[in-house]
Amino acid sequence: MITFMNNSDSEEEPCNERTSLMSAESPPVPSYQDGLQASEAGEAQAHRKRRTGSSRSPNNTADGEMSDAGVPVRESASENEEEELTLKYGAKHVIMLFVPVTLCMIVVVATIKSVRFYTEKNGQLIYTPFSEDTPSVGQRLLNSVLNTIIMISVIVVMTVFLVLLYKYRCYKFIHGWLILSSLMLLFLFTYIYLGEVLKTYNVAMDYPTLFLVIWNFGAVGMICIHWKGPLQLQQAYLIMISALMALVFIKYLPEWSAWVILGAISIYDLMAVLCPKGPLRMLVETAQERNEPIFPALIYSSAMMWTVGMAKPDTAARGSSQQTRDAAEDGREDHRSSSHADSQMSETRSPVPTRPITSLDELEEEERGVKLGLGDFIFYSVLVGKAAATASGDWNTTLACFVAILIGLCLTLLLLAVFKKALPALPISITFGLVFYFSTDNLVRPFMDTLASHQLYI
Amino acid sequence: VSLFPRAFFWLVSLLLASLIWFVSVHLSDREDAKLQYGLLIFGAAVSVLLQEAFRFAYFKLLKKADEGLATLSEDGRSPISLRQMAYVSGLAFGIISGVFSVINILADSIGPGIVGIHGDSPYYFITSAFLTMALVLLHTFWGVIFFDACEKRRYWCLGLVVASHLLTSGLTFLNPWYEASLGPIFIITLCTGLWAFVTAGGSFRNVLKCLSCKPEADSRVMMYSALQVPFED
Repeated sequence: MITFMNNSDSEEEPCNERTSLMSAESPPVPSYQDGLQASEAGEAQAHRKRRTGSSRSPNNTADGEMSDAGVPVRESASENEEEELTLKYGAKHVIMLFVPVTLCMIVVVATIKSVRFYTEKNGQLIYTPFSEDTPSVGQRLLNSVLNTIIMISVIVVMTVFLVLLYKYRCYKFIHGWLILSSLMLLFLFTYIYLGEVLKTYNVAMDYPTLFLVIWNFGAVGMICIHWKGPLQLQQAYLIMISALMALVFIKYLPEWSAWVILGAISIYDLMAVLCPKGPLRMLVETAQERNEPIFPALIYSSAMMWTVGMAKPDTAARGSSQQTRDAAEDGREDHRSSSHADSQMSETRSPVPTRPITSLDELEEEERGVKLGLGDFIFYSVLVGKAAATASGDWNTTLACFVAILIGLCLTLLLLAVFKKALPALPISITFGLVFYFSTDNLVRPFMDTLASHQLYI
Repeated sequence: VSLFPRAFFWLVSLLLASLIWFVSVHLSDREDAKLQYGLLIFGAAVSVLLQEAFRFAYFKLLKKADEGLATLSEDGRSPISLRQMAYVSGLAFGIISGVFSVINILADSIGPGIVGIHGDSPYYFITSAFLTMALVLLHTFWGVIFFDACEKRRYWCLGLVVASHLLTSGLTFLNPWYEASLGPIFIITLCTGLWAFVTAGGSFRNVLKCLSCKPEADSRVMMYSALQVPFED
């Protein structure tokens, strides 16, 4: 999910949370507040809006939000400014998200192209039990659809479980889950990855050095992600985790299943975030209701919110401790959840009790960032990585998918700036990516190859 | 970052062109080499025309967005200059087109192999590199000229840009007779570059001024002092 600082559903399906875009501006939830708390809600809304990159002065938005008797004049006047700022900040946010997504994809593609391990078929995960080694096309298609159904239902179950946990305030459980999953990612998968890279380049490393390197990497990662750390370092760790997760998916998902799963998950993301009873949406609303930030372990955030002179330090403390809910699913779930969790992460990074901070307007406008779920990172990278792995060694397909995904992200951010609420980040990008993958692989590649063999340029 | 939407437009145009080519190939006789070559030429020409069409479409889109931005801003002017947009647009087209043409060749050049072992020219890689460079530059120049021509409604300029694109693409058909293809292409690049420079408002004097790096502060100081004096009264 792309969120503007909203705490998105974190626990549940890592995918879900990860895969929606949320705008910081959550729509007002007047139903949960009554009279006395209306102002607080309004301010919280304003705060959230401020957290979004697109809203303007919180005062205006707060007024806009709360005005029953409101100040309609001010609202309309501020609307124009708001639009302009929206566009201005929109462009900035686009850049802020392009860089990490690009980095993640670059890491994945570089690994796929150089390390043989991730393109070898060494079995499948238990979530995709049906094999694709069948002789007939129909059977293969059926198997991949069945695999998809199983995987998506596991994801749905996990998401609902997460939402329930969050609703009934089982924070410790969620915490433990997230920590376990990020532990596994940071240590086990890094160990495997490092081993394979060393094998590829035929570099020898002794066990003590290996232990030292992995221990440091993992420990710093855990601290950065779940507690406090420099923003850049946290972002780097989140990108690495997403890349590792994506590599696992690329390796262990059979080919056709992977494409069908990608399609199905973007549909699921769309439904989970936009339907009124969707788990992700419920998670977001619950988080907003309680004015809590979403787990930091699940979201990538592009900026940190400072709360200078905040009057509520305890809320801040509570917020930051909750945020690191990595979706620690056991085994595979860990992968998924971590990815999901990661998306949620950045948000919580900012120690932000979202209390109205009218004095911090300028600061907040600078620091507002966009949050993108880690699941989104993972699935984008899976798409590009699969394109790199299976497209007949062709770079054009990879590039085309890359451009398509980034354009989808651009469009989604545009919609986010327009609608100002949580949006799913997967559907548009994945659709573009899939369309471009299949069309480039089958149509453009023969054309370009024939042209290149005659050294013709268009 | 605004390179990506433009690259996307180019990709879509390429997609459509290859779709047309693919369909035509499948509908025709596979064995006939001459026909295949002819279809290839046809496909390339269609692709060039589609690229220019998409460039035009992008121009229209930018105009609309520009007007929207202009109405939003306070003083009614748009914050982005059309020239900058033209330059970035041309650059984006050039980059994506160049990258698509050359990246597979680059990837192959790493691996083991001998160039031209089957009787083709041994200068394949180096000429590909030069051609790609010329193409990227040409796309950038065409972008500038194209947008300016659309802005000022000089349609003969448009036609000339399209014609020169077709000509360049056609010249590459003369490969591997590199003297006939590389030479003229570079001459075209130079001329188009000069034309784009002039269109963008450059002139010989501008170049000289830029090269001599004369500070312009003096005149401004005078203006300030001129402004202040009456105030003192």
